[in-house]
Parts: sequence; C-alpha cells; structure tokens
Amino acid sequence: MTGITGASVVIVGGGVTGLSAGWWLARSGVDVLVVDKGIVGWEASGRNGGGCTHAYSPFFMEEQKLWPQMDELLGYPTEYQRHRIRVTLDEAQFAHHRRIERLATRQGFKCDRLTPAEVLELVPLAGDNVYGGFFLDFGGHANPQRTSQAYAWALQDHGGKILQHATVSGIVVRNGKAAEVLTDRGTFGCDALVIAAGPQTGMLAAMVGADLPLAPARAEMIVTEPLPLMKHGGVDGNGLYGRQTLRGNLAYGGGPHEWLDWAELAAPPRPTTPLLRHLARRLAELFPKAAHVRVIRSWAGIVENTPDGRPVIDRLAEPGNVVLATMSSVGFGLSPASGRAIMELVRHGRCLFADLTPLSLARFKGLPADWRERQGWLPPDAALAGD
Amino acid sequence: MTRARLDPKSTAGADMPIERHVSLAVVGAGPAGLAAAIAAAKADVEVLLVDENPVAQALMGLDVPLHFGQRMNPAVQNKARMVERIVEASPGLAEAFELGIDVELGVYAWGAFVKGPSLRGIAKPVLGLADEERSWLVSFDRLILATGARDLGLGFPGWEKPGVMGAQAALSLLQRYRAFDGRRLVILGSGALGLKTAAAALEQGLELAGIVEVAHDLLGPDALRAPLSAAGVPFFGGHAAKQVLGKTEVEGVVLVGVDEAGTPIAGSEREIACDTVVSAIGAVPTVELMDVLGCGLAFDPTRGGHVPVLDADGCTSVPCVQAVGDCAGVFDRKIADAEIAIAEGRQAGAFAARALGAEPSASELSMVPAPSFDACGHWQRWLRAELAVGGLDVQVCRCEEVTRRELLELRPPRYLNWGASQLPSRDVPALAKDGPINADQVKRLTRAGMGTCQGRRCREQIQMLLAMSTGVPPEQVPLASYRAPVRPLPLAALWPQDETQATRDNWDVWFGIPAQWTAYWEMGAISPAVPGTIESGTDSGK
Repeated sequence: MTGITGASVVIVGGGVTGLSAGWWLARSGVDVLVVDKGIVGWEASGRNGGGCTHAYSPFFMEEQKLWPQMDELLGYPTEYQRHRIRVTLDEAQFAHHRRIERLATRQGFKCDRLTPAEVLELVPLAGDNVYGGFFLDFGGHANPQRTSQAYAWALQDHGGKILQHATVSGIVVRNGKAAEVLTDRGTFGCDALVIAAGPQTGMLAAMVGADLPLAPARAEMIVTEPLPLMKHGGVDGNGLYGRQTLRGNLAYGGGPHEWLDWAELAAPPRPTTPLLRHLARRLAELFPKAAHVRVIRSWAGIVENTPDGRPVIDRLAEPGNVVLATMSSVGFGLSPASGRAIMELVRHGRCLFADLTPLSLARFKGLPADWRERQGWLPPDAALAGD
Repeated sequence: MTRARLDPKSTAGADMPIERHVSLAVVGAGPAGLAAAIAAAKADVEVLLVDENPVAQALMGLDVPLHFGQRMNPAVQNKARMVERIVEASPGLAEAFELGIDVELGVYAWGAFVKGPSLRGIAKPVLGLADEERSWLVSFDRLILATGARDLGLGFPGWEKPGVMGAQAALSLLQRYRAFDGRRLVILGSGALGLKTAAAALEQGLELAGIVEVAHDLLGPDALRAPLSAAGVPFFGGHAAKQVLGKTEVEGVVLVGVDEAGTPIAGSEREIACDTVVSAIGAVPTVELMDVLGCGLAFDPTRGGHVPVLDADGCTSVPCVQAVGDCAGVFDRKIADAEIAIAEGRQAGAFAARALGAEPSASELSMVPAPSFDACGHWQRWLRAELAVGGLDVQVCRCEEVTRRELLELRPPRYLNWGASQLPSRDVPALAKDGPINADQVKRLTRAGMGTCQGRRCREQIQMLLAMSTGVPPEQVPLASYRAPVRPLPLAALWPQDETQATRDNWDVWFGIPAQWTAYWEMGAISPAVPGTIESGTDSGK
C-alpha cells in the first residue's frame, strides 16, 4: 500500500540518531528506508536543549569536527552556533564545572575561566549573583526541530525513503539474519537492519532475541518570549541546560525526571507538570535581568537510559546484520557522529573513527533482572509502593 | 527481590507544595461558571471561583487572552477600579460573595494537572494559579471549566495595525471593563457575535460605520437585529475586507464586493472611515486547560471547532473535570441567549455537588436544540474571500510575523537568511506527501503559532490554510497543542516561593547518573549491583 517493498538497509526509528544514520548511508549510495511510528524528530529528538558539547564521549572529536559543517552538508539550516558559556552562581557550581575544563583541555580544546566581571560582559542577562564562569572555545548548540527535519530532507535528497506513521509489529529472522520488518503499513525486506528507536529500542531488540536493558523517563523544558539576542546564545548553568534561540527565546530544562512504565509509552500526550515553576526560578537566578520575561510554553519528552546512562551502539553477533543504537538520553548533539558510526558499523562492521568498545552491549551481561528497582528507577507510585 | 529505593533525582517521593485544597474549583466567572459555582455553594459545597479578569494591561498588550487590538483605555491600569467594574457588570458575583464562595478575581489559571499515564507523580489533581506577582497550587476534588471563548483571527491586509481586534475582546472591554477606546466601528461578521457586539457598542453611544458579511444576507438571529435597524446601521452583504487604512493605527477600511465563490467584483471597492475594525467572524471555545489536562477533544464545526468530548453529565474524559458554557461548544443561539450557558452551569454545579456527596436542589434540565449551522464552513468561506482579495502576502502569525506564503512554502524564519537551493521544493504540499499534515510540525519549521500569544490569533487560520493547501477537510489537521502555562507569566511570578529544601538539594541538571558524564577513557568496570554508580563525581556535560 506504500509502494515500498524494502531497502538494503531498513532503519527503525526516525529520531536524530536513526535519521543521521540514514542520511550517512544514503549519501554513501546505500538504499535506505527509515520507518517511524509517528512523525520524524517528533519525540525527544525535537524536544531537547540542542547542546553539541559532550567532552566525555568517544564521539566528542567527531561531534566537534562535524557540527560546523552540518548546514552545508545537509543543505538545510540547523541553526548551529559555536561556543558555550557556563555560568556558576557559587563555589560548588564552579568546582563542578571544572570537569569540563579538564576533559576539554586533555583533548586539545581551549576552555577559559571567567571572572564575574567577564561573565557580565559576555552575558548581558546575568546579574550580580555570578560567582564565575567558563568560556568554551568549542561546542555549541543547534535547533533540534529544524535539525531533525534537515536530516530527513537531506536523506530524501540522496534517494533515501522515509515512511512515517508505520508501527513495527515484528521482525522476521531467517538464516541468522534479520530479513523482514513487519509493520501496520506493510512488510519491508532488508539486507541490514538498524534499530534506533529511542525508548522503544529495547522492545524492538527483543524481537531479534537481544536483551537491551532500558528505562524510559519523562523530562521537561520551558521557553520564554523572545529577548534581544546575546552575543552567545549557548549560556547555561545553575542546574539548567539550554540556550537562547536565534529568535531570542530562552529555552531551558533540568530538574527532576519521572521514570515511566513501558505501557505508558503508548499514550500520545507528553504531559508537563508544575515543575515549570521551579525551572522558572532557576532561570531567573541564572539571568536576573530576565526575571520579568514571560514563560510562554513548557513541553516534555520521553527519553531512555541504559543502566549506566551511557549509549549502546553495537552490531549484534546474532543476527549479524542488526545494529542496535540508543544514546541513553543524550543523543541530539552527538547525532552527526553517532549516525556516522552506525553507517560504518553497517557497511564495514566497525567504526573507523572511534573506539566503540565502551558502548558495547556486552557490558550488561549478567545484569540483575531487578536493576531498575536497585537504582530506584521506578514510576512514583511504584517506587513508593515498594518503599 | 531487592527492596526498591527512591531515585532522589526523580519525582518519586518529591514534594509538590500545595497551598490549599478545595472541594470544587471553578475556572471562569462568566454566566456559566458563576451559575455552576452558585448551584454548588447552595448545596453547601466549598467552592473556589477564579477569574482572570481584570487581566493585567501588559497581557492585554500581548493580545492575551483575547485579541484586544490596543483598544483598551488607560483605565485598565487601575486594577482595583477594574475589579469594581467587573463586580458591577456581573450581578451574579454579589450573590457568590453572599454565599461564601471564595471568589478570586485577577487570578490566572495557567495549568491543571491530574494523575495519568506518564504523570503519576501528581498525587491529587491540582490547579496552577497565579497573578502578576506570584504563583501557587490548589488541589481539588472536582473542577468545572467555564473558560469561555476567544476570537477567531482571519488575516487581511493591515490587520496587524492597532485598532483591529476581536469581538470577544470588544465585548469584554465594552461590557466587563467599560474601558473601550474606540469611537467608530466596522464589524466583520453578522452572526450573533457580530450583532451582539454592535448592540453593545450602540448602547455605549458609539458609532457603527457598518456590519460586513461575506454571505449575501445578515446571519444573526432576529432578536438581535431590531436595535441595529432602529439605529440605521449600514449592512454590507457579500463583502470582504480588502485593506485597513491608516499609518500607525486604523483610520478606515476598504471593503470590496465578492461573489458566491469569494472572488472580488471589479470596481466594487468602497472606503469606510473608522478607528476600530472588529472581527466577529467566529468564536472559538477556549479549550487550553482541557488540552493540558489531556481531556478528549473532537472537532465539531457547528460548535466552534475543537470542543471537549462530554458525557451525559457534562464530564470530560477526565472524570473529575466538567466543562460548561462557551468552552464546551459555542454557537449563535448560545451567544444570543445567556440563559443557555446559565442553565448548563446550574446543572454542572448540581452534578458536581452530588458527586461530592452533597444534595443539591433539582435543577430543570434545559433542552437546547443541537446547532446545525456549519460555522467552521462559514469561516472557510470568509478565508477564501480574504485569500482572493488579499492574497498570500498577509501575515497569518502576528507574533512571529509569518505570512500565508511563508507558511505554505514552509520557509524558515527570515532572520536565518537561508538561501540554499533545496528549500523551494520543500513546501506544505510536499511535506504532506510524507504523511498527514500536522500543525505542530509546520510550527516548528515556520514558527507560525510559536509566539507569545501561542497561536491564539492564528491557530484556526493556519489549520484552514494547511487543510486547503493539502486538499483535506480542516478536521483532519490535528489541533496544534496547548501547553502550560496557558497564560504567559513572568519568570519572577512563576518562581515558587514555596519550594522545599529537598527540591533544591536534589536538583540535577539531568538524571544525576554518575557514570553518564564520566569520560570514556576513565570508565572502569560498572557495578553489577547498581550500574549507574561508579567511583567518580557527577558532571553536567550536556
């Protein structure tokens, strides 16, 4: 009914990770089909802080190399802006952020400490409560929604296909390989399969007999009306992540998350809570000169975490043509690199630019079945009932 | 099994400071909300009745919650005086005070939250309230929403000028605030809303330069026509607005005759001097809080578009929430006759009282014939005419200054200065080939509806334009979502003065999983018992 019968590579999941992988594959001449249960970039991929600054990740160097080129490579705007500024309001926050300085310096990037006066000069919305800051001569931020769509369009421009509103119901394994993906909009044959479906990745992995431990959670952000642009929009700190958009809005998140049950993923709404008041407080503390600015919206996204909070990007031994990918709640900024890594895993069987050993699925071998309970990663009522 | 522990960085076990609890909260002190509150209070139910009026002048200036078009006079700055006027204008408020109802005016209901899927940290249903100074939470057993209706915004050249406004806003300034700043009005739309606005203006001694209707004949009910014909108000049937005149504000409007298909008739232009153009083309139920609550909504073209799905008792799909008055569905007969909303309110108040264990006196069941006029179809007729007359280079989203053309061509905002060649082929019809068109997706790309008023002046026009350009009926374009805060509130006002120390102590920028931010080259073996913990500090590397 779609006119599509399959592709050399079928990717389940139209978030940034799957779309980036599909784009990398399509631009290297591979026939690719991305299948998503909804709209591309609709879930956490379009609802995050837009940060592109992950100095602890094995993809960091590639992330830093690729982002400045993404507008040109994709042919559509991502709103990428270079640099980050971390503002700290007390000694503890300052000490905490010194880690980024250490990680970056070790990898050859520059990170300058800022005095309160220097912060006030660089960040006009900051106030007298500044303790100090850091200027990162690397990293940056982009518009998650625009970037998700840019991947999708660029993928199509290279001949790739996207099928939205198609829910996967099964995966046929034949002769040790994933051979067909069954959906409510048809069955699609494949030579290789990538599963990069955010929180659903574990459930889909189980369809090919792989055990990928994940826990889903909901996180929230707020956005204000636009303000005059600061020279650097990538300013955060005080327990918040986020950015000033190129339109001038302050878009920030942070604070408590809510662990979810698997059954709840099906419910379409992504509710927010009165947490927005607490986000507003921290934003007003970070930017005292913006305390009068109005919050116009809040939103939530559902993200998944592995037991140690780190990604799994791995090609399975069995079926050998399947790559699993979850970025464990930190996927947007790393997506140019994670997509490339997935492309190389599919095409070459290994990643050529980074060592993926720390991201292997094997590290969770022998994980106790009650790992969520042990870490307290349970929905509020379930956690309290077990207390 | 190991005994569960709480993740201190999660909402499990976290405090949500609640200022007080009420049995019944009613949002909106219009005829329906007041009647509901009074009916419940008469059955000895404890009632909190909040209404956002008087709305702060700053909010009015942003055209929130209604399209005020800068036609409020300086009297609105005086909150105490506005409270007096509102009480005078609404006799039911005096009765509410006498019954001991806790009436809070000038209080915004910016959110409402109930426990549900992926929101299990809400122990009791809560209502988020605020004024311009502070915000607080009230928990409730039952909630009646009587949030009224807002104005449909349909663009025409020059409609961004001060002096172009919505009819709900005009009625509010004329009757509720008595702070209307215009003198000579042209009204677009001749349904009950247009005629009621005209009558209210005449009552205040204002001049009516004309009522304009895209259809040939006047639409409103007979009962509302008499005062207008007595005053000799000119009627322009088969006309549309071609252009607002005036340098900085409205000084007049050019009308043009249109045929049945909306095509302008050559040589039929006429210029009318006025200082205010009131758009009374449509009233849209205010369903913001229902959408935030997750109440089921359905599209009903005879009731103003998206309306709550209600059961026989007037309950939404969230059982403790009821909807009454215009927000439950608005149509000409209801606009013309306040008794309909009052009867709905009475029944809802009595039902809520019964549900809370009280014994209200029986209320007469009012039988209102179901509306049959396809109001949303009529809006489309207006839009077709305005498209034929004004073209595509007319702003649809006023906050973000997005034109109809930019919307339909899916252009990124102008400030990006994006000139790459691929984009022209990426328009709305092309996007629709990848799947059903979605207003929120289009919003993310064009910013239409993403501004400070959060689509209160453009949502329906965008919905209709997306439907027209992709050849589907408007009801197939899903409602662009509403999110808290449904009123734009200052950071300083939302600031939780009641925040607990535990919230501060447990706050983390992200999940607080130590292993998540550890450099990959420093990763040792993970703990098999509690994998997220390793021997390292946390860091916000995001």
